[in-house]
Amino acid sequence: MTCRAASCYNSSEVALNSKVAEEGVSSLQRQVLSITPDFSFLREVEGASGEKISPCYQCRKCSSGCPVTFAMDYLPDVILRMVQLGLKDRVLNSSTIWICASCETCTTRCPNEIDIAGVMDTLRRMALSEGRAAPAVKDIPKFHQAFLGSIKAGGRVHEVGMMGRYMLKTNLWSKLWSGELLEQAKLGWGMFKRGKLKIRPHKIRQTGEIKKLFAKSRR
Amino acid sequence: MRVSYYPGCSLEGTAREYDESTRAVCQALGIELDELEDWNCCGATSAHSTSDFLSLTLPARNLSLADGKGLDLVVPCAACYQRLKVAEKKLAQNPLPDFPYQGQVAVKHLLDFCSQEETLQRLKEGVKKPLSGLRVACYYGCLVVRPPNVTDAINYENPQNMDELMNAAGAESVNWSYKTDCCGGSLVLSRPDVVRRLIRKLFDMAIEAGADCLVTCCPMCQSNLDTGERGLSKETGRDYRMPVFYFTELLGLALGLPGVEGWLKRHLVSPRELLSAKGLL
Repeated sequence: MTCRAASCYNSSEVALNSKVAEEGVSSLQRQVLSITPDFSFLREVEGASGEKISPCYQCRKCSSGCPVTFAMDYLPDVILRMVQLGLKDRVLNSSTIWICASCETCTTRCPNEIDIAGVMDTLRRMALSEGRAAPAVKDIPKFHQAFLGSIKAGGRVHEVGMMGRYMLKTNLWSKLWSGELLEQAKLGWGMFKRGKLKIRPHKIRQTGEIKKLFAKSRR
Repeated sequence: MRVSYYPGCSLEGTAREYDESTRAVCQALGIELDELEDWNCCGATSAHSTSDFLSLTLPARNLSLADGKGLDLVVPCAACYQRLKVAEKKLAQNPLPDFPYQGQVAVKHLLDFCSQEETLQRLKEGVKKPLSGLRVACYYGCLVVRPPNVTDAINYENPQNMDELMNAAGAESVNWSYKTDCCGGSLVLSRPDVVRRLIRKLFDMAIEAGADCLVTCCPMCQSNLDTGERGLSKETGRDYRMPVFYFTELLGLALGLPGVEGWLKRHLVSPRELLSAKGLL
């Protein structure tokens, strides 16, 4: 006799919908995995985020309202399900956790009051600490590093300096080749002419306090 | 009326016209802005995406600076507002030893502050040049309203206060369903393709609703929309040239303030043609 609960906890077939981009068109690809659920990752994510993820019953309200699913490899509800099942590699290597724009629509609408955008923050931090980021989203953590580097240097973000820091971290050749660099330069010139780009950074007086915070954050 | 003012980093650069128009409009409405001394960046998306500690302590330092003054802390940037609000609520439960904070600061977004009964009344009395015939799509974006347990927004799916302000200034706000959809925020540099797709939807829906322009209350929304139209036109072959205002610029125009032309010169998509055609400039 098969006990439903037992089959659920020992090993189960799990269907995951993952979106695969083919020639610019997203198509749904159904994958059937045979897995043995492992709850240590769930506990780790729940502990770090302070959120209960186990109540999620895949109503998909988060995915229905999410404005950026077109660029994600897994829908937000699938990410939560994979956290529940312990599929750590798939979660932390996904583009979804970085594409999430923190618009907080999912958090606002979740019937189980899970702060899903907050969980995405936790997953990003975990991926970062393990040096993971899917190729399609590798520039996103680089942007965050450049942004924080600018704060650390002067206490406030100096937009011109931050953009320079970011560009140097990315693959400039591919940006030059694709024409993106030229477009950015034209845009920058347009903004400069209109007095929107501040050339000299404004440093706050107590930059030491900010540097101390950054030092503490690494501990 | 005196308040503490936290402009945020964008208002020193790409959103200068938001800062300039905010200061002018507040002065005209009798609101004295006392800029927080030595304020620092709130950390924005980059801090909360990468460090729990920085996402709390960076805004906490600002709250600590504002504490003890007994004034509301008014914030024009939606992203800064939300980060400061998160810190305000977290510190009320767990204070940080590094930044003493008595919890006496009420963080308010400029839009909410301006649409309070008293300010709205002053605005109505001060309107010299009603924005008659201007059809505006009020675009609130994400972070002034979401999540509501942080922002305390009541109408978080269909906010009304920018519409009320615009109508008080004589404009006609259109009904549309994309008031609180996302512009993509900081993905503009790291994944511009995502942002282009999001803003295309916003422009298309605003056009369909019959709007002449978009009105924003966030420097990232305004910047992503205003700077994105050129690339969007190139990509789609459709000519996107819809002006994107800060709500304070249109209030300034309605109040007949002298600095308006200078603010509007900073836009990439010039609103001059539209406003001249409506006889407002």
